[in-house]
Amino acid sequence: MRSSKTTLMPTVYNRNLHRYAVFTACCTFLLLIAGALVTSNDAGLSIPDWPLAFGSLNPPMVGGIVYEWSHRVMATCVGLLTIGLAVWLWMGDPRVWMKRLGLVALGGVIAQGILGGMTVRMFQPPAVSAAHATLAQLFFSTVVAIAVFTSEWWQSDVVRMEDTGDPPIRSLAVWTAGAVFLQLILGAAFRHKAFGLDPHLAGAGIVAVLIFMTAGALKRRFPSSQPLRKSARILHILIGVQLLLGGGAWWSRVYAARFPQPIPVMVLLTVTHTVTGALVLAATLVTTLLSYRILRPGAVVAGSSSTSEQVAS
Amino acid sequence: MKSKFALYSLAIGAFALGMNGCGSKKEETTDTSAPAATAPAGKSVDSATAGEITGSVTLDGAPPKMKPINMAAEVTCAKQHTSPVLSEEVVTGDKGALANVVVYVKSGLDGFSFPAPTDAVTIDQKGCQYHPHVLALQPGQDLKVVNSDPTAHNIHPVPKDNREWNESQPPNTPPIDKNFARSEIAIPVKCNVHPWMKAYIAVAPNPYFQVTEKDGKFDLKNLPPGTYTLVAWHELYGPSEQTVTIGPKESKAVAFTFKASAPAAD
Repeated sequence: MRSSKTTLMPTVYNRNLHRYAVFTACCTFLLLIAGALVTSNDAGLSIPDWPLAFGSLNPPMVGGIVYEWSHRVMATCVGLLTIGLAVWLWMGDPRVWMKRLGLVALGGVIAQGILGGMTVRMFQPPAVSAAHATLAQLFFSTVVAIAVFTSEWWQSDVVRMEDTGDPPIRSLAVWTAGAVFLQLILGAAFRHKAFGLDPHLAGAGIVAVLIFMTAGALKRRFPSSQPLRKSARILHILIGVQLLLGGGAWWSRVYAARFPQPIPVMVLLTVTHTVTGALVLAATLVTTLLSYRILRPGAVVAGSSSTSEQVAS
Repeated sequence: MKSKFALYSLAIGAFALGMNGCGSKKEETTDTSAPAATAPAGKSVDSATAGEITGSVTLDGAPPKMKPINMAAEVTCAKQHTSPVLSEEVVTGDKGALANVVVYVKSGLDGFSFPAPTDAVTIDQKGCQYHPHVLALQPGQDLKVVNSDPTAHNIHPVPKDNREWNESQPPNTPPIDKNFARSEIAIPVKCNVHPWMKAYIAVAPNPYFQVTEKDGKFDLKNLPPGTYTLVAWHELYGPSEQTVTIGPKESKAVAFTFKASAPAAD
């Protein structure tokens, strides 16, 4: 037998906490869209002051101010939701590491607010803008992880399986998530004019290869594991969509270059490409979490890289 | 662990409070370390021997078709125009005359000093466009920013060699007064509220500059005799230089030609 049940430390699944975490993650995703709209519409400095807007909390909602002010309001809402999440985790989750993760999320959203203010006060220096964009993705991933960790599935007894493939799925998943994160940094740096496009293009190739390797290994080795199979399918879909969106975003930027203002097709493609990048990061992170939750390393069997070692429970 | 966490929280909080002191209007003023407006007194121009450089700027080839501006995002802007508004990136007159070209003397005036003029140059935001589209002034010369529109703008120059600033300007508010300390050709200006709004401010190193109108002509008067590097700069076609020598009381004509098919690399 190569599978075994796992018994976790005693915990109480809280459905409302989980739903709140999921809601916070969804709101954060909407905030990512709002932030990407600000950049694509070149509206980041339409409100020259921070934290107020034109000296008040009720600026004229015209032109680029609509995007920038909406982004700030949504960020405030996500900040408040994160405070609630951190407090709830601290008070209601018996797992010490979850309490700390709540504080990490809180620290992230505070840092993100400070970076946002810095982009306005310092007139969007590329490094600060890129850091703001990167931290947004990290924060989103953190909240997604909290949603996973508060789920009923995560806290239930899970049949663990042995992974005797080479390289191990866990390693593939970690490398892939790391590569995606670096790729997002390169994308943010390009978008905010810190780097050129070439590093991001090269990164796209590496990320694509790693995602195909990871998803392929998941499907081959554990065809009967529904969570792992689903994870593989999502990875395949997302990388395919993201590569197409990347090409579309680049074409739209070249096409839009001689227009006097951002055009809708460019805004749509660049925003969609940006937020899909966040989804790719979240998906690779969840895959990594699943691989650590479900799989355990086994002795590598010669020629086992394409062989499923899973035994159904 | 708890004390470290408290320390980190205090540090972040102190940093956030410190941000309140950053980027305030008090700091968005003239950089007093700039040399241009406070140069030591030098020679002055002798009108008895001064000459002039005249000329024209033309575009060789068919000008690119200007894209229309879509102001639908703000009705207040759109309803001020009864006909389509086109981008002003390339504006030509008769026979290829090129407008909005900054013609200026880049070098050749060593030893001369030119105090900043006391009259202000005005840029107006009207119809959600900048008027003029390209303007020129000297280091230290006052720039007056006026908002004649019934809507809010932000005025945001993006210089490389001067201090960057970005200020909001609601309707019916007084003009904003600024100046630039260093010569720079040219500083893009934008409004992030209305992303189609673009202008250029050329901070010329001396008084010998002109921005061409639709006739493409320029006339730089009262130049002392000497050899000069004359530059014609266009926002799309970049700079073009010529060396011109004028003698006492001499008038020389210079022609600049930009190729319509060869915009400057970004």
